[in-house]
Formats: sequence, structure tokens, C-alpha cells
Amino acid sequence: MAENDPHAAAHLHRHLHSHLPSDPALRVKALESLVVERGLVAPETLDAWVEAYAEHIGPKRGAQVVARAWTDPGFRARLLENATDAIVEFGFEGNATGHLKAVENTDTQHNLVVCTLCSCYPFSILGMSPGWYKSAEYRARAVREPRKVLEEFGVSLASEVSVRVWDSTAELRYLVVPQRPEGTEGWDEARLAAIVTRNAMIGTDRDLRTEAA
Amino acid sequence: MDGIHDLGGKQGFGPIAVTETDPAFHEPWEGRLFAITQSVGDRSLSIDWFRNLIELMEPRMYLNEPYFQRWYFAMLTGLVQSGTFSMAEALGQGAEERRPPPPPMTLRDALARDRADCFDYSRPVAAVPRYAPGDVVRTKTHMQASHTRLPSYARGRQGSIIAHHGAHVLPDEGALGREVAEHLYTVEFDARELWGEEGGAGDTVTLDLWESYLVDP
Repeated sequence: MAENDPHAAAHLHRHLHSHLPSDPALRVKALESLVVERGLVAPETLDAWVEAYAEHIGPKRGAQVVARAWTDPGFRARLLENATDAIVEFGFEGNATGHLKAVENTDTQHNLVVCTLCSCYPFSILGMSPGWYKSAEYRARAVREPRKVLEEFGVSLASEVSVRVWDSTAELRYLVVPQRPEGTEGWDEARLAAIVTRNAMIGTDRDLRTEAA
Repeated sequence: MDGIHDLGGKQGFGPIAVTETDPAFHEPWEGRLFAITQSVGDRSLSIDWFRNLIELMEPRMYLNEPYFQRWYFAMLTGLVQSGTFSMAEALGQGAEERRPPPPPMTLRDALARDRADCFDYSRPVAAVPRYAPGDVVRTKTHMQASHTRLPSYARGRQGSIIAHHGAHVLPDEGALGREVAEHLYTVEFDARELWGEEGGAGDTVTLDLWESYLVDP
């Protein structure tokens, strides 16, 4: 194993940064050529990973989990007790969901998820994180002024609703279970899943809309 | 370390660029870089080693580079540091030795690998947990200069344990290449304990914190 030498790493960053092209696409193209030429990975493997996250691993998975929690009380109980085990029922366990915690919104509590120190995100169940989730703006502000942040997302919380912000500082990852909207009685899981937004599962959306489904 | 990455509570940032839906990758290079990080590199290096490499970027560079470019620099610096690539190779001057690629993975293989990458960071330990849910604790005021997961905004503050998760590997040691497990707790802080009158009454912020980050109140 390499030795962790922070001064050497900081120096390497500066040296590489000052000598590499500024265009991210050119940088990554050169890195891809290098890893392929050195025999570290086959280009088809990179295609497979891109396809996996572009087409298969995304927020539709989380939406299915939420829809089942709404319709199946036994599943809801298992999800709230141990979400890591519960999502295995769908085969959705994977990258960054080895310690998954589901947190439910109620009439008096709203949950909001952030990672202030990097941008930790439950990839295998929500896919790649949105740009705003990784932004300095969101990371800096979500813990300090969550109500103002929510206003920017179009969510106005009544004063009787308290906010609990979850800062993902360890390997636990959080999935917000939004409230099932009124007027969806009798809907099946697929129809319900279609109204669960990605932002609602992060906590930047609250009152789900039923008209689009 | 008190690096620029420790953004929680920092003021002066503007509005959030809100989006409701997004493509997985906004630019093709993001997908290629993500794919490279999933398939190349020393898997014995810990996630906190990788995080620490990102944190060691010079502050202006950290703020100006997009998220996946921070991954790019952490990966490239790590591969040069481990001797996998020479500096000339890292700077794009061509591979110094060519080898045939390993067998390619299919989509099915990648999806199976992602499922298998569901890592468990908990470890058995003999130590008895010092705290239990309901206990009031205080976070440490000072942390060491290397990697840690106690953000500056939550140092020296009083909170309550709301969950105990057994022992998990400690990031502070993982970043140094050592595996040490320690009891992990979810600690809830009143917003007003963190932000004074600015905090909303009844609002809270929770963090997952290791036992050595905590002291008795």
C-alpha cells in the first residue's frame, strides 16, 4: 500500500493541475487512453458502467421502494427497521447503500439530506446525484438555513413542521420517505412510483403532485 | 483537517441551481470518469484515503473544479503516488508499457458488480460502547490536522445520541491506511445550539459521529 503523505499529495495536485489541459473532456480522454493502453481496463467495461448508471441505476429504484412502503405495511416496517436489508427484496443493494436508513416525513416533521464534507449519496438506489446536491451552495446552506433552501425548491413549510437535517458524515446513507398524497387511494405500486420525485427522496420536495401520473 | 471541503454553515454562497430531473451524466466525460473510478485502481485503498486526497486539493482549485474533476485529480494523484503511473504518463505523454486489456465486462457484469459493492463498514469490537441512545454528549473542539469527519460547524456543541450503530471503521485512521473500528452514533443537535437565534425553534441537525469525536457534556 502506498504511504499517505499529505504534503506530497498536495504537491502532486498542484503540479498536475498546472501542467494538464484545462478542458475536463481532454483530461479524461487522456486518462482513458492511458488506462486502456496500460491494460488496466477494457473500453467495453467503461461502456458497461456508463450504461448501468445512465439507463438502469437511478431514482426510479427509490421510487419503487417508496411506493411499496406506501402500499405494504409489512414492507414499510422492514424498511424503517433496516433499509439495507429491505432493498435486497428488489435487488437494489449496491454502491453506497451498505448502511441505508429510511426516514419518514410526517405532518409535523420534514427530513432533508445533505453531505457537507463531500457529497455522499446512496448511488445504488438513487443513481448519480444532481448537480445542486454536489454544489457548494447546497452543502454550505442546507444545515444552516434549511427553510430558506427549501423555499428555493418551492417548498414552504408551515411553522408547526420541524426540519431534521441529516448530514451524512459516516457511511450511513439516508432515503427520505415522502408522505403519500391524498387522492391516490386504490392506486397500484407502479402508478404511485411514477409520482415519487428524486428530490422528494432527498428532502427538497415535499407535497407530491398527483396530476402528472 | 480544517480544509475548504468543510463547507457546512459557510456563508456567502448564492442561490441553489435547482433542477427536478437530470441526466445521470451531464457531459460524456463525467460518465467515462465515473466508469474509470469503478473499474481501475487499488481497491485496498479506503474510501477515506480517497476523500482525503480530494481534501488535499488547494482551496481555490477545490472550489473551481467540478465534482467529477475532483475525483479525477484524487484518482490521478493516487495512481502517481502509488507508482502505478509515472508523472509523464499522468501528464498525457503516452503509456510507457502497453499491455492487453483484461476481459471486458458486460452490462450484466457491471450491474452485478455494483450489487456486490454493497460494502459493510461495521466491524466487531470488544470495547463496550461508552454511550447509549438518550445520552447527552459534547463534540470535541479540536481535531487533528489529517482527515476527520467531524465538521467544524458541529465542534464543541452539545447534542443527544439518538442511535448506536455498533462499531464502524474510523475515517481518521482509514485515511492513513489503517483499519481501526470504533463505536458510531447518530447525534442530534438543536439548530439553536449550532446557529444561535438564527436556528429554527424545534429544528435539528443530525450527524453520524464516532466515539472518539465525543466527550461527556
